[in-house]
Amino acid sequence: MKANHKSKLLLAALVIALLLLPFITDALLGRSWVRIVDFAMLYIMLALGLNIVVGYAGLLDLGYIAFFAVGAYCYALTGSPHLALAFPMMFPAGVHLPFWIVLPMAALVAGGFGVLLGAPTLRLRGDYLAIVTLGFGEIIRIFLNNLDAPVNLTNGPQGISRIDPVSVAGVSLNSTQHIFGIAFPAVHLYFYLFLAFTALVVFVSQRLERSRIGRAWMAIREDEVAASAMGIDTRNLKLLAFAMGAMSGGASGALFAGFQGFVSPESFSLMESVMVLCMVVLGGMGNIAGVILGGILLALLPEVLRHIVVPAQQALFGRTLVDPESLRMLLFGTALIVMMLYRPAGLLPSRVRRRELGADEPAAETSVYDATH
Amino acid sequence: MRHTEDILLRTSRIGKKFGGLSALSDVTLHIQRGEIYGLIGPNGAGKTTLFNVLTGLYQPSAGEFQFNGAPYRAGKPHVLARAGIARTFQNIRLFANLTALENVMIGRHVRTRAGVFGALLRNRATRDEERAITERSRELLSYVGIEKPGQTLAKHLSYGEQRRLEIARALATDPLLLALDEPAAGMNATETASLKTLLQTIRDSGITVLLIEHDVKLIMGLCDRVAVLDYGKKIAEGVPEQVRKDPAVIAAYLGGGDE
Repeated sequence: MKANHKSKLLLAALVIALLLLPFITDALLGRSWVRIVDFAMLYIMLALGLNIVVGYAGLLDLGYIAFFAVGAYCYALTGSPHLALAFPMMFPAGVHLPFWIVLPMAALVAGGFGVLLGAPTLRLRGDYLAIVTLGFGEIIRIFLNNLDAPVNLTNGPQGISRIDPVSVAGVSLNSTQHIFGIAFPAVHLYFYLFLAFTALVVFVSQRLERSRIGRAWMAIREDEVAASAMGIDTRNLKLLAFAMGAMSGGASGALFAGFQGFVSPESFSLMESVMVLCMVVLGGMGNIAGVILGGILLALLPEVLRHIVVPAQQALFGRTLVDPESLRMLLFGTALIVMMLYRPAGLLPSRVRRRELGADEPAAETSVYDATH
Repeated sequence: MRHTEDILLRTSRIGKKFGGLSALSDVTLHIQRGEIYGLIGPNGAGKTTLFNVLTGLYQPSAGEFQFNGAPYRAGKPHVLARAGIARTFQNIRLFANLTALENVMIGRHVRTRAGVFGALLRNRATRDEERAITERSRELLSYVGIEKPGQTLAKHLSYGEQRRLEIARALATDPLLLALDEPAAGMNATETASLKTLLQTIRDSGITVLLIEHDVKLIMGLCDRVAVLDYGKKIAEGVPEQVRKDPAVIAAYLGGGDE
């Protein structure tokens, strides 16, 4: 009972800290950092979505960013003047659907693409699945790059710009709003929007994890043959995992498009898929808190480097010797190697992963289990 | 012996080829409700192949089988599990990194219904179902005689307990036919004896048991009827005493040594 009370207090403290985060960041580091934090939230959402596919169901997906792209282009096409170019007769001013319609639509379309990817890969496992999903990710990107002819659907490599900002209840998030006399700049407003959606994805992940569906996913991950012999329809459940993961990616993509106001295929390269996968693996596959931590670390790392490395080199040597971008890859590679050697289950490993790698303490585990059930 | 005339499983001329190799040919047999049916034969006789056909892991190259009145030719594992065939594996296939309790809970999957929305909303029906799943799984753990706490990882159980856990997981699917692939393999005499008691209890609870076993003593003492496979063909079928005296069986299997 006491532990329960304590955890409620902790949760309340966390919520308050998160609500104040944009203001604190703004005051301490400046407006540009709030924007960086906003992007980190999008990455967390992506990583949590991928965690459903990779962490729960054990399906290695290397093309996950494709669903982000699908969501982003969904929003871009239905919330910008662009379609006027392709279909001037039908949409003389483009399509401008409200955000609350576009967002679920983007999630559903991305979910559909998830099933589309999942269906032909049902028999594949491990490396083979990874290769096919990698190909799928690239196909989507290349399509976006080339679908400017014969009908200009995606505007090719130039991307789609002038995307409508997100507006909630008639209030555009792209301009400073005053609520109770407090000024909320656009980046702050987007932060709260993203926070709400991240919380939603966390909630969904957590509920799924501890359910009949989540157990079936874990069974498939552990032993697909035994799972099917126990009556689990592996085909449907794998498709469901792909769809759920893709929906989270699609929603995140739509938010990205609204926030950025511009999308182009180069935002959806293979490297992005790899980064999101690294967030999941680095943080702790299958563990929500771990995945969030991984997302925060990897999303912030390049920005931190950019702000520290260049000034530090300037101060030390008077010029920039190492480009922060190359340093980022160097550090990142080193971090991954060190991780695999010393914490192969991730920074905050899941209950199951920890056991798999044999670093579990049965006594402690039992008490944790009893406390949460 | 509680023989009824009711037939639960009937195979007709089942054949299975792997490339040019014929692993099963023309296997026709039937299993009655409520009996323990033994399947014996030398190594490589096709026992596990037949098992895999009956549980949907392999598609037969010829023939078909009837289970509980419905015909199956190319069954899928989860469909057959739903129909009421549950199995264990010769080389134990538990969900090693999940707890003993979770393993059994996964067995309940096929008899429960909560979907994504149930999981997300966690409404009363879902909560009740979850509670029922946990309760039933706990019961099954103690039913098969696993005394360790349910939170113990499957891989941390002893060998005999892992075999029992597989049986509990299979029972969790509420099977009509429990198919056990060499459940006594690697067990010592004490473990085998208590396994025998467990299987009798299961039979007495009304579940039909299909048993592949190498331990002839166990088969002879436990089974109501026995079929003998050799080179993919059924060479004998009947009550144990009768099969034991069959010259073809002695030549193929029992005559080879003092097994």
